[in-house]
Amino acid sequence: MQTEIAVLRFGLGARPGDLKAAAGDPRGWLTAQIRGAVPLAVNTPLTPSDQIFAAYVAARDEQQQMRREAGATDAKVAFNAIREAYQPQYRAQVLARAQSAALTDRPFAERLVHFWSNHFAISADKGVVFGLAGTVENEAIRPHVGGRFIELLTAVEQHPAMIAFLDNQFSMGKDSEAVRLIARRPFAADAAQRQLGINENLAREILELHTLGVNGGYTQADVTSFAEIITGWSIGGGKGRLAGGTPGRFYFRENMHEPGAKSFLGKTYYEQGQRQGEAVLTDLAGNPATARFIATKLVRHFIADDPPAAAVERVARAFQKTGGYLPQVYAALIQSPEGWDPNARKFKTPEDFVFSTLRSLNVSPSQPEEVVRSFDLLGQRQYTPGSPAGWPDTSKSWDGSDALMHRVLWASRVAAKYERGVDPVELAASSLGSYARPETLTALKRATSSSQALALLLMSPEFQRR
Amino acid sequence: MHRQFPTMTSRRRFLLGTGALAASAALPNVMFARTGGSSRLVVVILRGALDGLAAVPPYADPSYAGLHRELAIGPPGAPDGALALNNTFGLHPSFAYLHQRYAAGELIVFNAVASPYRDRSHFDGQNVLENGLTKPLGTADGWLNRALAALPRRAAGPGERAIAISQNVPLILRGDAPVISKSPQATPDIDEDLLLRLADLYSNDDWFSARLSEAVQTEKMVDDAGAPTMATTPPDRISAVAHMAASLMRSDGGPEVAVIEASGWDTHANQGGAKGALAQRLAGLDKALRALGEELGPLWPQTAVLVVTEFGRTAAINGTRGTDHGTGGCAFLVGGAVRGGRVIADWPGLSRGALLDNRDLKPTLDLRSVFKGVLDEHLHVDANTLAKRVFPDSSGARPLQGLVRA
Repeated sequence: MQTEIAVLRFGLGARPGDLKAAAGDPRGWLTAQIRGAVPLAVNTPLTPSDQIFAAYVAARDEQQQMRREAGATDAKVAFNAIREAYQPQYRAQVLARAQSAALTDRPFAERLVHFWSNHFAISADKGVVFGLAGTVENEAIRPHVGGRFIELLTAVEQHPAMIAFLDNQFSMGKDSEAVRLIARRPFAADAAQRQLGINENLAREILELHTLGVNGGYTQADVTSFAEIITGWSIGGGKGRLAGGTPGRFYFRENMHEPGAKSFLGKTYYEQGQRQGEAVLTDLAGNPATARFIATKLVRHFIADDPPAAAVERVARAFQKTGGYLPQVYAALIQSPEGWDPNARKFKTPEDFVFSTLRSLNVSPSQPEEVVRSFDLLGQRQYTPGSPAGWPDTSKSWDGSDALMHRVLWASRVAAKYERGVDPVELAASSLGSYARPETLTALKRATSSSQALALLLMSPEFQRR
Repeated sequence: MHRQFPTMTSRRRFLLGTGALAASAALPNVMFARTGGSSRLVVVILRGALDGLAAVPPYADPSYAGLHRELAIGPPGAPDGALALNNTFGLHPSFAYLHQRYAAGELIVFNAVASPYRDRSHFDGQNVLENGLTKPLGTADGWLNRALAALPRRAAGPGERAIAISQNVPLILRGDAPVISKSPQATPDIDEDLLLRLADLYSNDDWFSARLSEAVQTEKMVDDAGAPTMATTPPDRISAVAHMAASLMRSDGGPEVAVIEASGWDTHANQGGAKGALAQRLAGLDKALRALGEELGPLWPQTAVLVVTEFGRTAAINGTRGTDHGTGGCAFLVGGAVRGGRVIADWPGLSRGALLDNRDLKPTLDLRSVFKGVLDEHLHVDANTLAKRVFPDSSGARPLQGLVRA
């Protein structure tokens, strides 16, 4: 069972041969995966976020131009310009993600990438980040998933897609140079009407969702103060007062930054521009509440919906003791005996289900439509959790009866597509090992067709859990 | 050689006939019968925190225009102004249908309401809105489910009297009372034989067999109701969801209670005023409520629709033409059963001293008072159960009386 747990629960499911490869030393098989960067397992060329963002800005300018020229009725045509710029990017990112999950030799590390991507979620249903959906994962998380938490945290919070998703690019300090300049302009009739100031969205979600957790001991005053501290954390490019910086890259706009020392969680942070916010991030990364919050989420993801306290304690301690050195945090997770209880099984999310199916069948999707439609059907459209909290990580959020019916439908379509050359009984052995129950094997043997047998295997309780 | 199964007859009948499913604890009654006469309740959860000061503009409050600035809705009669409710409040101009219901005496507008939650996290706020407690954690079930569990089993029809119009069940409906879920996405062409064999395969696993049995039952109900399904998600998903809720509720033995969710209300930037991003969403909500009302048709006189969100937003707009997380907000109760044409608001005002923490509309009414009032008078959940089991620690939130017609 230890081998199956390593490959199926900690990993992403078993390709033929995976169970054999991990059999000698399941813990060692996991540990060997966790150091260093985790690049995509496929060589798909993906457009970097700065270029995607530049294309978005061009499409948006085109839209505004058309609005001016033709009136609001043509806005729809221009909207399609943004979609046209963004849609191929979204699809390429979703395809590469599925291919990487299907093919990687480091499935535990890949799952950790997915975990962090969900922890630092952006949601592509917000128009401005639709085409940037996978860029936080690929550009900020993959390089740092095997490093220190503070490096990961800083890379994510300064990623242009996160800045845009949580509205920080135009957040301005009340006493910043930019606000004072605008207020002084006599000709801007509506400048007086316009309120300029902070937007607290990014600051709040960093505290609540990315570091301390909602009960991490901060107040509304801390949120406001932190929002002031990170005023100026913006995106380069643009015109007028938004000129400056490299287009589409993180850019600190000194003139939007609220000047002066600020108090946060009882400590005074002196004025040092961009570094004032970085100093706060460093302290947040070292805060015991952060260690506990991250540990709880890791244990919930890898071990059980209701995280066992001893495992949380062990992982949190490793986080604190090593200053958030993530390979040691993951090692503590692997060493937790609670994770190796064969009865503690997690119900798969649609993502788990799709990726483990691909691996079991040893296939990698070649068309984005196939992946996009699969996740639409199963109710987990990639990169669209709908909120910065990410997708829920407990079975209660995925176990509706209608959801099960959609899984049956998807399984039968996949089975029809991939049945050729598949021996379902052999597949049960290579994909489930000793998890496969005798009654499932009997059902596979009695099935009317290999397609039906394959659908039964994918929908068996042991395949639906990890 | 294995058994042969007929393929033309209903797969559900075969599934229900197998020993596998008969062993399932949650096997619903197969007999369907009309449950006419009893009350219908729809709860619409707006996730992301709707700006109550935009949805129900307090146009006569002297501080309103100064705080909400370019997002403020003008008084009735002004260009793009509010739809008049009374001398203080209006409705956002996107709410044409709701305004008609108000005129027809079928809408109560609540303002300055909030759940007992006083911090500003969406996710904790939604938990409190749905779990019926005073804190985000502490129970895995929702208040609406606990209320349903307390009701006597209905005389006819399946045990599941509530439905979530989604693939999965949201917290508010989770718990001991059996409920079903159904999204408007169709699940066509599943081989009956495969389902039958799955039922067998699940026979030693209660968790899976219960869900499969529920799913098959629900499918039958959808087929019988001729409820519209859709192949993909359209832009106005919420209308499709409302349609499905209504047509299922109208079907024989259909659910009496439905929960609908809509997200996208977290308007931190470029919220817009009478027109713009939020205005479009509100128009979508209005359209969905109209679809619900029209589709429920003959059931409308016995229906109440409760529209709620986790909290309101800041009274002052922020630096990016939006609003940040706040506290007091609005809610709606609409339906033929509602004693409407009223605004219920003990208005604290928006002057500097009146705001909570110097930033938010101060709540003066606990949403649980509204919930309790509806559950008491509309679903007839007894007062003791409401106070003890459905909403523990809610003695300060007395049920509002007279919300629905006697």
